[in-house]
Amino acid sequence: MSLLELTAVELGKKIKAGETTAIEAAKESLEQIKKYEDTIHAYVTVNQEGVLKQAKKVQRQIEDGTLTGPLAGVPMAVKDNMCTRDMLTTCSSRILYNFIPTYTAEAVVNLEKAGAVILGKTNMDEFAMGSTTETSAYGVTRNPWNTDHVPGGSSGGSCAAVAANECFYALGSDTGGSIRQPSSFCGVTGIKPTYGTVSRYGLIAYGSSLDQIGPVAKDVTDCAVILEAIASYDKKDSTSIPRNDCDFTSALTDDVRGMRIGIPRDYLGEGLDKEVKDAILQAAKVLEEKGATVEEFDLSLVEYAIPAYYVIASAEASSNLSRFDGVKYGLRAKEYEGLHNMYKKSRSEGFGPEVKRRIMLGSFVLSSGYYDAYYLKALRTKALIKKAFDKAFETYDVILGPAAPSTAPKLGESLSDPLKMYLGDIYTISVNLAGLPGMTVPCKKDSKGLPIGLQLIGDCFQEKKIIRAGYAFEQSRNYEGSKFIWQGRESR
Amino acid sequence: MANVISDETIEYVGILAKLELSKEEKEEAKKDMGRMLDYIDMLNELDTSGVEPMSHVFAMNNVFREDVVTNGDDRDNMLKNAPECKDGAYKVPKTVE
Repeated sequence: MSLLELTAVELGKKIKAGETTAIEAAKESLEQIKKYEDTIHAYVTVNQEGVLKQAKKVQRQIEDGTLTGPLAGVPMAVKDNMCTRDMLTTCSSRILYNFIPTYTAEAVVNLEKAGAVILGKTNMDEFAMGSTTETSAYGVTRNPWNTDHVPGGSSGGSCAAVAANECFYALGSDTGGSIRQPSSFCGVTGIKPTYGTVSRYGLIAYGSSLDQIGPVAKDVTDCAVILEAIASYDKKDSTSIPRNDCDFTSALTDDVRGMRIGIPRDYLGEGLDKEVKDAILQAAKVLEEKGATVEEFDLSLVEYAIPAYYVIASAEASSNLSRFDGVKYGLRAKEYEGLHNMYKKSRSEGFGPEVKRRIMLGSFVLSSGYYDAYYLKALRTKALIKKAFDKAFETYDVILGPAAPSTAPKLGESLSDPLKMYLGDIYTISVNLAGLPGMTVPCKKDSKGLPIGLQLIGDCFQEKKIIRAGYAFEQSRNYEGSKFIWQGRESR
Repeated sequence: MANVISDETIEYVGILAKLELSKEEKEEAKKDMGRMLDYIDMLNELDTSGVEPMSHVFAMNNVFREDVVTNGDDRDNMLKNAPECKDGAYKVPKTVE
């Protein structure tokens, strides 16, 4: 059996036991990248020179007992919107084509302390704006299960890299579903933690009140271990929350007896693909058979989350992205007349169409005369959505539903109609507005062989409940179409 | 389309957004924004009177720290990313005659 088939935790154990080394694992990962990158293109940057050096250093520290954690020596990948010192960080945008950060994002620092070996930076939608990874300025990423299809987005590179064994795990970021939706499309497991759990220091901001970093991995155990490693209170992020309940691995118990699970009826209605619906209900049945109570309920307000999100996220983006002006870093236009024109030209040449669209919309909804009607209205809607979730969590421990209305669409089908693409975020977006934790666990493949993800949503700070439900489901996921062995792996 | 975006509005938003759009991009942006606003207008179906705008999901106050420098001087490294620099400073086109 190839090392690449192991989960991150399994590999960590083997390295610790001396059955293999961090160097061996890094070499195999690089070979896999070499073999599949031409077709998948999950990476913007592969850290060719740095990987083996880092692996050797980590291996020494494992041998001398400095590094003892479960992730020590395990090769991984980082979404390209997280700063990595001395390593190109592009946000998949032309405007940051040459940006080499002078510091490393806190979440990545935490992983380095745990002995991570960074293979490279993964492709994404430009500035995380998109649901397909097609808005990247550096080319599309393809879905490993069927390369005619998108991997989802915006963390499409991270999810495709994990699915195709081009890394053992990855970091993604989730502003409106950007970890959970591509995890669903790629048949991998991903968690978006409660807002404030993982420091955003060094994460290039899109919608600051919504952005969270989270793990993308092969199973629930890996996700829990990684989340435990990256969660930390950080003074450098003023929205970071001190928590003393980050022992997420304690929830890996395979016991859901007495757990109350609610399925929003509003998540099962019009627009949901029948195969996805059946797979979600089948997964719910598994949990019910293991002793959870499962019932449907009305969450309400679901359709209002999308317009509220696009107002809030675009408003924040228009402000956050004002820092890209051709002065401090990145692209500066070659020809311009004066300072103001230099800003405009640099930005217009550096940003792609989807980013421009959202900056324009955001500037509009924040402009005087429209601020109350659009921006404040959206923030009031957000308060109502949060209240609807609060009410639901009075009755239920976990909310269960799909992560996306369908399986992965074909390349080129989504960008022509942005509004339709935005509608694909309907099951994930409200979770960000309410600051909740959410997780995707693969549950079945559709008749085309494309993965379907189960989404589990918890109340704020209740990651352990969704991890418990996800883990229990995973342990009993053994019906037809529920094996996620990637063919590329078997062909080795 | 209920929301019709005028040339003046697009011009104005372009100034706020610091974006220079081509003629085609402007026409496209007018259509796009009109459609998005039509969709966003759905929010008007909701009665939000008496609801406080929620900017942050948790009751949070500003987080302060002592005004003490804790990071080192990384000026030269940071300037390496600048398109143009001179004498330890960012260089921009002349702004004052």
